[in-house]
Formats: sequence, C-alpha cells, structure tokens
Amino acid sequence: MVIAAAAVLPLILIAAMTEDRGYAFHAALGALAALGSVFLIANRCFRPGQVPAPQEIGGRPNYNMEPVKFATVAAMVWGIAGFTVGLIIALQLAFPDLNFDLPWINFGRLRPLHTSAVIFAFGGNVLIGTSFYVVQRTSHARLAGDLSPWFVVLGYNLFIVIAGTGYLLGITQSKEYAEPEWYADLWLTAVWVVYLLVFLGTLAKRKEPHIYVANWFYLGFILTIAVLHVGNNLAWPVSVLSPKSYVLWSGVQDAMFQWWYGHNAVGFFLTAGFLAIMYYFVPKRAERPVYSYRLSIIHFWALIFLYIWAGPHHLHYTALPDWAQTLGMTFSIMLWMPSWGGMINGLMTLSGAWDKLRTDPVLRMMVVSLAFYGMSTFEGPLMSIKAVNSLSHYTDWTIGHVHSGALGWVAYVSFGAIYCLVPWLWNRKGLYSLKLVNWHFWVSTLGIVLYISAMWVSGIMQGLMWRAYTSLGFLEYSFIETVAAMKPYYVIRAMGGGLFLAGALIMAFNLWMTVRSDAVGASQREPAPDPQLVPAQ
Amino acid sequence: MSSLDAPKQAPRQSLWSKHKIFETNSIILVIGVLIVISIGGLVEIAPLFYLRNTIEKVEGMRPYTPLELAGRAIYVREGCYNCHSQMIRPLRDEIERYGHYSLAAESMYDKPFQWGSKRTGPDLARVGGKYSDEWQLAHLNRPRDLVPQSIMPGYPFLAKTELNYNDIANHLRANRAGGVPYTDEMIEDAKRDLEAQATPDHPRAAELEKRYPKAQIRDFDGDAQKISEADALIAYLQVLGTLVDFKLYDDKANIR
Repeated sequence: MVIAAAAVLPLILIAAMTEDRGYAFHAALGALAALGSVFLIANRCFRPGQVPAPQEIGGRPNYNMEPVKFATVAAMVWGIAGFTVGLIIALQLAFPDLNFDLPWINFGRLRPLHTSAVIFAFGGNVLIGTSFYVVQRTSHARLAGDLSPWFVVLGYNLFIVIAGTGYLLGITQSKEYAEPEWYADLWLTAVWVVYLLVFLGTLAKRKEPHIYVANWFYLGFILTIAVLHVGNNLAWPVSVLSPKSYVLWSGVQDAMFQWWYGHNAVGFFLTAGFLAIMYYFVPKRAERPVYSYRLSIIHFWALIFLYIWAGPHHLHYTALPDWAQTLGMTFSIMLWMPSWGGMINGLMTLSGAWDKLRTDPVLRMMVVSLAFYGMSTFEGPLMSIKAVNSLSHYTDWTIGHVHSGALGWVAYVSFGAIYCLVPWLWNRKGLYSLKLVNWHFWVSTLGIVLYISAMWVSGIMQGLMWRAYTSLGFLEYSFIETVAAMKPYYVIRAMGGGLFLAGALIMAFNLWMTVRSDAVGASQREPAPDPQLVPAQ
Repeated sequence: MSSLDAPKQAPRQSLWSKHKIFETNSIILVIGVLIVISIGGLVEIAPLFYLRNTIEKVEGMRPYTPLELAGRAIYVREGCYNCHSQMIRPLRDEIERYGHYSLAAESMYDKPFQWGSKRTGPDLARVGGKYSDEWQLAHLNRPRDLVPQSIMPGYPFLAKTELNYNDIANHLRANRAGGVPYTDEMIEDAKRDLEAQATPDHPRAAELEKRYPKAQIRDFDGDAQKISEADALIAYLQVLGTLVDFKLYDDKANIR
C-alpha cells in the first residue's frame, strides 16, 4: 500500500511532463491503478471484523479460489478479443483496404496485438489461473499470501492493458513476442517475482510429501520465463520521460538473444505450462492415474534441457555462425522425442477410459489437443532441418505451423481446462450444455483444418515460387506475383479463423449459462479426488 | 520380467528413487531447473561476443545519422518488421533477387535487429537506392497506386506528421550505452545534424558527411516546409544496405 501510494505522484508527474501522448496515457493509467489499489487495500484493512482468512475450515483446506475465478474470466475475455483481432488482420491481408490508412489499426500494429493477446493475455491468464488452482489442490493448502495472489492476477492484467494499448499507440521495441517497452517489462518483472513467491510459498505449505508432476512443469515455466524475460529485455531507456529504449545487444547477438527467448516462449510458456495443465486435468477428467511416473521424469528434464538449445533454428542461413545454426537444428530434432514422450504419457493416461471420448466432449477436446501437440512437435523438428527451412522460412508455412500448435494444442487444452474449472469454481453441478461443447469442438476443429491447410499450400507455394527459375536461368516470378498468388489462401485462412472465433463465442455463452445456473451444495459437487503420481515400485 | 529373483530389483529402483530429492524439496527443484536451462543458452550465446565472424568490423559501416535513427524508430513503431525481413540468405535466388547476402557487420549498430521472420513483402536489407525518394513517398502514401496487387497498408499520415526530434540526442546516448560509438560531438550536435540532413544546401552538410560518410543529404519528402516522419523513414530506407562496398569486401578474410 505504501509502495502504491508512493508511486502515484511520480506517475502523475511523468504523465504531465512527457511529450509522448501514449506514454502519458500509460503513466496516468499507472497512477490510477496505484490509487485504486491504495483505496482497495485500505478498504480491506479497515473493514470491521476483518481477520486473515483461515487456512482451514473444519479440517479441510480453505482454498482461495477468487483470483482463479478472475483469471478464468479474464482468459475468456482476452481470448475472444485476441481471436477477433486475429480475424481482422487475416482479413487485412486478403483485403488491404481494411487498414483504412490509419496508424492505430494498420497491420503492423495489430499483429503484435493479436500475438500478445492470445499468447500472453489468453494463455497467461489460463496459466496463472490453473496454476493457482492446481498448486492449491495438489498441495492441500491455501494459496500463500493474502494480497499477493491478487497482486499477481491484477498486476498481470494491468501489464496486458499497458502492452496492448501501447502497440496501438506505436509503443513497441519490435522484438517479436517481447514487444512491450522497458517500463512495462519492469512492471512484469515485479509481478512475475511475486508470482514465483506465491507459487513456492504454497508449495512450502503442502501437506503432501511429494510435489505433483504438474507443479514441476509450472515451476519450470515460471522460472525459465523469468530468466528469458530479463535476458531478452535488457535495454537502455532514452529517458524517464520517453517510452522508447534501445536494447543492450545489437545485430547478431541481439538476434540470438531474441530467438533464445522467442523459441523458449514457445517451449516454456506455450508448452511446459500447458503440459502442466495436461498433467492435472487429463487424469482428473479421465479419472485415471498418469500413465507412467518414469516417463514423467524423463519427459520433464529432457524437455527443459533440450528446448533451450533450439532457438537458432529461427536463424538458419542468416549471419548467425553455422555451428550455432547446426546446434539449434540438432537439438530441435532431438526435441521430437521428449515431446512425443509427453504426448504418449497424456494419451495413454486414458487407457481403460477410452470409452469416455464418446460421451465427454470436454475430454475429447483435451485428447485432440494432444494429437495436435504430437503433430506440431513433429512438424517443428522437420522445419528446423536446414534444407527444409530454406524453403519454409519467411513463408506462411511457419504461420500455419504456429497455429496448428497454438489453436490445436494450446487453445484446446485451455478450453478443456476452463470447461472443467468453471463448474468446479462456481459450485455448479456441471456445464450448462455438453451439446454446445460438441458444437464448439466441431466448428473450431473445422476452422483449424481450414487454417492450417491453407497455410501449408500458400507457404510451400510461395517458397517454391521465390526460387523458381525459367529454362533460360532467370527468376521466374517477380515478388509481387507471389503476393498475388496468396490471395485465395488468405481468404480461406480468414474463414478458418472466423470459425474458430465462432466456436469460442459458443463456449463463452455456454460458460455464462453455466455460471447463471443454480449452485449446488458443496457435498453434492465434490470433484473426483486429485490425481496422484504413483512412484514406480 | 523374471519374478524368481526379486531382490535384483533393488539396485535398478534406486536410480529412480533418487529423483525423490527433487520431488520433495522445492528449492532443490528450483536449482535443478535453473542449472538445466542455463547450459544451452550459455553455449550458444556467449561465444557470439568474441568470435571473429560475429564481431568483425567491415569497412564502410558507421552508426546511423540522427535522421536515419529517427526514421528507424518509425520503421519499428509501425511494425514494418512484421512483413519485411532485412536478412538476405546466401541462396542463389535471394542473391539474384535482393543482392549480396547480409553480413553480421551490417546490423552491428541495429538495436534491436530487424532481420524479421516473415516476408509478406520483399526483403529490405538492400532497398537503399533501389527506388527514388519520390517513388518511396508515393508508395508509402498509397501503395496500390504504384503496385496494384500490393497488400501493404497505406501510411499517408507519415508525410503529414511533423517529426518530433527534441530528444534525439538522448536516443544517441541510449545507443552509446549499448556500445554504438557515437562521440560526444555527435550527441551534442544531433539535433542540428538531423536538420542538416533533411535540408538541401545546409551550411553544415560538409561536417555531417565527414561525421557520417555516405550520408545522403536532401529533402526526402519534397516538402521544404517541415521535416516530416516520411523524411526520416525514407532517409532510413535509402541507407539500408548501401554502406558496405562489396567491390572491396573480402568475403574470404574470415575463413581459417
């Protein structure tokens, strides 16, 4: 509270003094947030009869699920916003007049908004929400801290707002998936450290001797993202009054730092974190134990060790030294193994429960997410081979690959987790309609298939057109001819994106109706026991 | 699976049971993760700061002029890197289409690098001098006037917006903090240098050229009334890939 109060005045001063209007807006936003938190904390402290929430009620842990609820709702809202922006930029590529010649909504500013909204706003809230849920349930302990979980959830979403509005106002450092400028990065660092402390604090209170496997993955994700974020964003601000900064590294070193970060944002944010979701929600929903304890151990350590090396495959045939490219390629290929090990561990968890796929569309969604995970972690190593990469790099094939992972794996496993979580969190008997889940599943699956097959065709076609020679030894196509050839595929891709968005809207309606339905007594609704990892005998 | 000699299982089991130390102690798990994730990054990144072909200095490379730097900031602001790469790979078709493959040294003053990862539009690493200023301006204003099939957004607001360069000296200073060799005089005169480059026949032109060899000095957007954002962006585009003279560059020099 004292810190928040102390932050108000300087932020107002910065807002008043800076020449950059976007930056002034952010400083004002920060001042408002600081003021708001002073008010809320004070309100909380002086409320009559306020005692620290009890750790246990009647011998059972008194779980703190309010921040989880907030993150779940935020994930859904940001998800729909992010998918919508994705649809808009897909349409802009097909119909460029949709840029309207305006600065705030041109493709170059909206594309980072889309990527950040789906990865960090949607994915990040899913990860924070589920990690707070899972760490409490598997530790049989209340979330550590009283205000700090709220600081994490609200602070993270404030970061999202600053980052997103910043892109629209032209505040970006142009490093892909790390576009927010120095002050947003500093804020995120503070939030992230508290996140780590809350997570570790809850683990420290656990009643179980063993840390459950999902929590290893969450911990790996939180720690590594902290290291990557700090390493990649070391920058020198132009001044306190300017939103702009210049990174400490330049050229080839900066490129290597960037893709060390960029690929491991995929590896740890979009993979390790969501594997943690898999390790909790798939066994729980299938009511089966995790398939193999030993495979979990190998999966975990091999995945986090190998992923870190894979970054240079984003820089094949560039000015990065050859040995680094080859190392990146080699480790990317090796990475295929732990990836499929994880997929097998998840899929085989269903042994003895495969019949549930017929009746439970939520479980089906999670299983299909694992299938997509397997597919894109096969395609990834393939594309990291230098000869393949010379064709695929710079084309839409990469975009298609990313989306088979992002839509098929990350979004589907998140949807599955949210479909599980909402009835548990709001104390409802079950979802409003499983039929609507089924609709969501098929509409969005069709969308994904349209999306990735359009991008395969356009990507490979463009790559081949760029390198096509006539029989006389001249380049066959001018660049613009290759652009024009993409148009039908861009339209198909936008249709696929539209279907995916429609599916998410169906989901939001379903969840809304679930929350609006009647609550049931806690005894009626006690979810199945939490999955346990059975150590090998 | 022989059940006859059950005691034999004990030593095999011990390796797996050693993992218990990570599962029961969160701090040891944290340390384990940190060690495991550090190795790959260290091996791949650290050598780039001393290996010869990543830090070689190639004749002709110089820091950006203040106007080019301001233009680069606009390139970054508008997210041009989302569709345009600046990295020509040593592949036959790319060299024929775009020119000599890119050297590490050519982006040695790029903070951050703009190599990009997608070519929705063509590579821009050597776009400097390929088109006239008039073409660039008209293309930025209405791309489809010049290239009917283009899908690039129009940027007519750049030529209408006056460039804000009050704190350009601080930009140079922040670059110097990260190792770009701007001298004290360059920083002190940054504002005047910027004005000089956008104004034909400016009295300081000769000094600017001495400081920044090959600096192109002219009114890039053809509007003498003001220095616009288009002035800066076109100045940046026109310098891309023009600093190294490949008639002189010895690409065998680093082969050992």
